[in-house]
Amino acid sequence: MDYKDFINQDTEWLKGTGPSANIVMSSRVRLARNLDKVPFSNWADKGRLEDVLVAVKDAALSTGGLKNALFVRLKDLSEVDRLFLVERHLMSPEHAENVDYKAVVVDPKEIISVMINEEDHLRIQVLLSGSNLRECWKIADSLDTELSKKLAFAYSAKWGYLTACPTNTGTGLRGSVMLHLPALVFTGQIGKILQAIAKLGLNIRGLYGEGTDATGNIFQISNQVAMGITEEETIDNIERISNQVVSREDSTRKTILTKNKEALVDRISRALGTLKSAHIITSSETITLLSAIRLGVDLGIVKTMDRRTVNELFLLTQPAHLQELDGRPLNANERDVKRADLIRSKLK
Amino acid sequence: MFCEVCGKKEATVHLTEIINDKVTKLNLCEDCAKDKGTEMEEHFGLNDLLAGLADLGSTTEPELLEKVKCPSCGFTYQDFKKVGRLGCGDCYETFKKQLGTLLKRIHGADRHTGKIPLMVGKTVKDTRNLQDLKARMEKAIQTEDFEEAARLRDKVKEIEKKGKEPA
Repeated sequence: MDYKDFINQDTEWLKGTGPSANIVMSSRVRLARNLDKVPFSNWADKGRLEDVLVAVKDAALSTGGLKNALFVRLKDLSEVDRLFLVERHLMSPEHAENVDYKAVVVDPKEIISVMINEEDHLRIQVLLSGSNLRECWKIADSLDTELSKKLAFAYSAKWGYLTACPTNTGTGLRGSVMLHLPALVFTGQIGKILQAIAKLGLNIRGLYGEGTDATGNIFQISNQVAMGITEEETIDNIERISNQVVSREDSTRKTILTKNKEALVDRISRALGTLKSAHIITSSETITLLSAIRLGVDLGIVKTMDRRTVNELFLLTQPAHLQELDGRPLNANERDVKRADLIRSKLK
Repeated sequence: MFCEVCGKKEATVHLTEIINDKVTKLNLCEDCAKDKGTEMEEHFGLNDLLAGLADLGSTTEPELLEKVKCPSCGFTYQDFKKVGRLGCGDCYETFKKQLGTLLKRIHGADRHTGKIPLMVGKTVKDTRNLQDLKARMEKAIQTEDFEEAARLRDKVKEIEKKGKEPA
């Protein structure tokens, strides 16, 4: 299998399955780890970076969960290919820059990925569909334990896992959930919720764009601190808060459906109409309209599509995915045309 | 690329504004960006914030600090203030005084309570156990439960003695 084949499969986190999958699109856990006695990636010389890359690759590929994983050196990839992996959330946007000694290990199901020589030597990431943080942590924890039998990690009894950035020191864990909150945005409640969550020591931001104007009404909640709190407590905190936001979104959807159904159906139908007939469409407009369609599917208003197809379109209409599908580089105008073509063919 | 406002200097600041799904991109030089004032706040990144937090002012002696280099990687505290990232794991030991304060400011705590890796498992567990016992002993003294305090003191002594014996 080659990473290029990913385009033909549903990435795990967009399957639209799992608990509360109508609102919680995906869950993710990331662990930052560094090799003991080796300078962090941004400060190590080329020789050390190469050593880290080889050591982590060998260790990762010999673990149970990553035995059949793909190993990709980023310098062997074109810019579009790297962006393709970023769009699939298999690596961070930062990882796609200054790529000389960077690599990524991805399991064939796209659930686990290990970035090598990002800001930390290892960034272990587990991504699942729906509200599944606990399961993400379980997988990441056991992979981390397996890796630690082969690699000595930088660790202090007092401060825990030592990371390049002091904001990650401690557990090195960042847990996050991606929520689709159209009803809370539609009714203007989102502002208050954003404020409340920030006060609780958690972070919330738009996935595409910032603040309350998040394009596509997709928000990401994650933990802010990593020290003085255990991994389980961190996961628990995010999950509790996320569950509350989810139930609020859920009840708001029901209220709109009873009190304001025509306006809702109108909005969703217009979105569907635009997507079905557009010949030129930007990425940002697509995400906005797909958000409405996804809500329509979740509420049973749109019956001709399922959640999986909507999720798939969220991904396939991104710039690098369109170019991978077409097999050649496309400029922004060409992409807008291709994007509209693709959507029309999927919505027939 | 030249600045879109003055058209003279190299554009080094790239602002992206998203208003009602409309993306506006503006490429500016540092000076014109500064004139834009409020928009610069968004440009203010994690590194600047960390550097600000890391600048502990009167609590440290800057001249002395500048000369301290991490023996493992050569990193200085000035380097950290510049980039907001540390050089290696040993930097934490080298700059432990400054980082202790900083970590507490960031996390609201300066002690790890989470996972312990297999390799170092036993010693760390003993240390954590010891810290825990000492804290409980302090509490017992405060609440004047001297019997409990004495019992905990003996336990602490026992563990400390065991730790000193050659393995």
